[in-house]
Amino acid sequence: MTRDLICINCPMGCEMTVEVENGKVISVSGNTCKRGEIYAESEISNPTRTITTTVISAEGRPVPVKTAQPVPKDKISECTAAIKAAEIHLPVKVGQVIIDDLLGTGSQVTVTKTVQ
Amino acid sequence: MRDFDIVIVGGGPAGMAAAISAREQGIENIVIFERDSELGGILNQCIHNGFGLRTFKEELTGPEYAERYADKVRDMNIPYETDTMVLDISKDRVVTILSRKRGVEEIRAKAVILAMGCRERPRGALNIPGFRPQGVYTAGTAQKLVNCEGYVPGKEVVILGSGDIGLIMARRMTLEGAHVAAVAELMPYSSGLKRNIVQCLDDFGIPLLLSHTVVDIKGKEKLEGVVIAEVDSTNTPIAGTEQFYPCDTLLLSCGLIPENELSKNCGITLDPRTNGPVVDEGLETDIDGVFACGNVLHVHDLVDFVSEESARAGESAAAFVKRGCTPDDTAAIKVVPKNGVRYTVPAEIHTSDLLGDVHIRFRVTGVFKDCSVVIKAGEEELVRRKNRILVPSEMLDIIIKKDKLAGVNCDITAEIEEV
Repeated sequence: MTRDLICINCPMGCEMTVEVENGKVISVSGNTCKRGEIYAESEISNPTRTITTTVISAEGRPVPVKTAQPVPKDKISECTAAIKAAEIHLPVKVGQVIIDDLLGTGSQVTVTKTVQ
Repeated sequence: MRDFDIVIVGGGPAGMAAAISAREQGIENIVIFERDSELGGILNQCIHNGFGLRTFKEELTGPEYAERYADKVRDMNIPYETDTMVLDISKDRVVTILSRKRGVEEIRAKAVILAMGCRERPRGALNIPGFRPQGVYTAGTAQKLVNCEGYVPGKEVVILGSGDIGLIMARRMTLEGAHVAAVAELMPYSSGLKRNIVQCLDDFGIPLLLSHTVVDIKGKEKLEGVVIAEVDSTNTPIAGTEQFYPCDTLLLSCGLIPENELSKNCGITLDPRTNGPVVDEGLETDIDGVFACGNVLHVHDLVDFVSEESARAGESAAAFVKRGCTPDDTAAIKVVPKNGVRYTVPAEIHTSDLLGDVHIRFRVTGVFKDCSVVIKAGEEELVRRKNRILVPSEMLDIIIKKDKLAGVNCDITAEIEEV
């Protein structure tokens, strides 16, 4: 079985053809770099995404945050809800961890902007 | 009257990169004017990731990318004045600014770098029929409201145009609990990056309707819905294909226009294809000592390209100041876009006195598969680069080596050759 994928690692968006047998990747073509291969592998076995959103601080200001490691794609909405529910107080610094292990995914949630 | 060596208009990624590079070239007396209350420009509202892979070899969000440059600006003690609007730039580089602190003030600059960015085409520029109800926003306005102000503008959303900001807002509104019914795109292809279609639409099951457009906006005080119809190959709506989508929010992502009001008033010649200034290889406009970079020059898809280009503008402006503000009077050759190449930046090159290799940046007019980009001087090929696929949403960057251009004294052409 072959699957056509578009690599989402960078804005080039390589169009890749992936050969899959019994859920295992046999070959990847069309990628420009190694990252494409890694993406194809994970997209077939366990697709993941980085979530970026905002958390409203106790002071009422939105603070942009991201999952420092990508989380399983099928958990995007649960994870987003959990991030939204986090309690944070200003000031925050870029890189500051606000959730250490997001819903057992092993991903940290970090602040992406210094807000005074 | 205050005097500066280099005045930079705009404190976004372009302005900051230009300032850093000019300072690295040894120019001390620099200032950045920014109308917002902080540095960073539009990156502050682009909280999604995907920035900086070329520059930092890692994937950053917009605010993270901006903060790295803003930190560098502060580390280098480059002065910047926020909440400051530039009102006018004269041909002899007197810059009029307005700020709450200092009122209206005139400033003399040896060189000016334009880095004002761009804005989205609003509804008025699209000629969509219907009343003007509340609930119609550009995607970027919605982005600012959601990400910087903390307000979600609606619950049931339709997006017109598949530009990157529209695609990203489709995901963003979904994550914020809204339902995005569809993204309608007039062209038979998306104008956004493929990766954004995958992770912003496909991941959430949001339909992308190619060759479709909004033909009517319903509702008088408040948006009640939009009518979407299919269009034929001449972009004319096909009768009988109209479908009503009830919604409270319509986001427009229909293209960006470089923000060149200041450039026009200054008398700078604009290129009708890019809507940005006509520049040479040093990114100097046809007004001596006025340079342009970033989205005010031509709309970029990657901020990494903006930073790189702006650093060159900073370098050229520094060279202009260092040589006593004398204009480059050597003859320039033209860069002529042909077959499939829509425009090029720069539009002309002074070949006799090059600072370094020359970047030719352009977009293509349509989708081209298995083709080559060819740059020629007369019959002589300067560069040939093979591509599997070229699409109008991607900006291309071809480098011509300095020594290849040294002896060239005829116009050069940039074109696409299909195999």
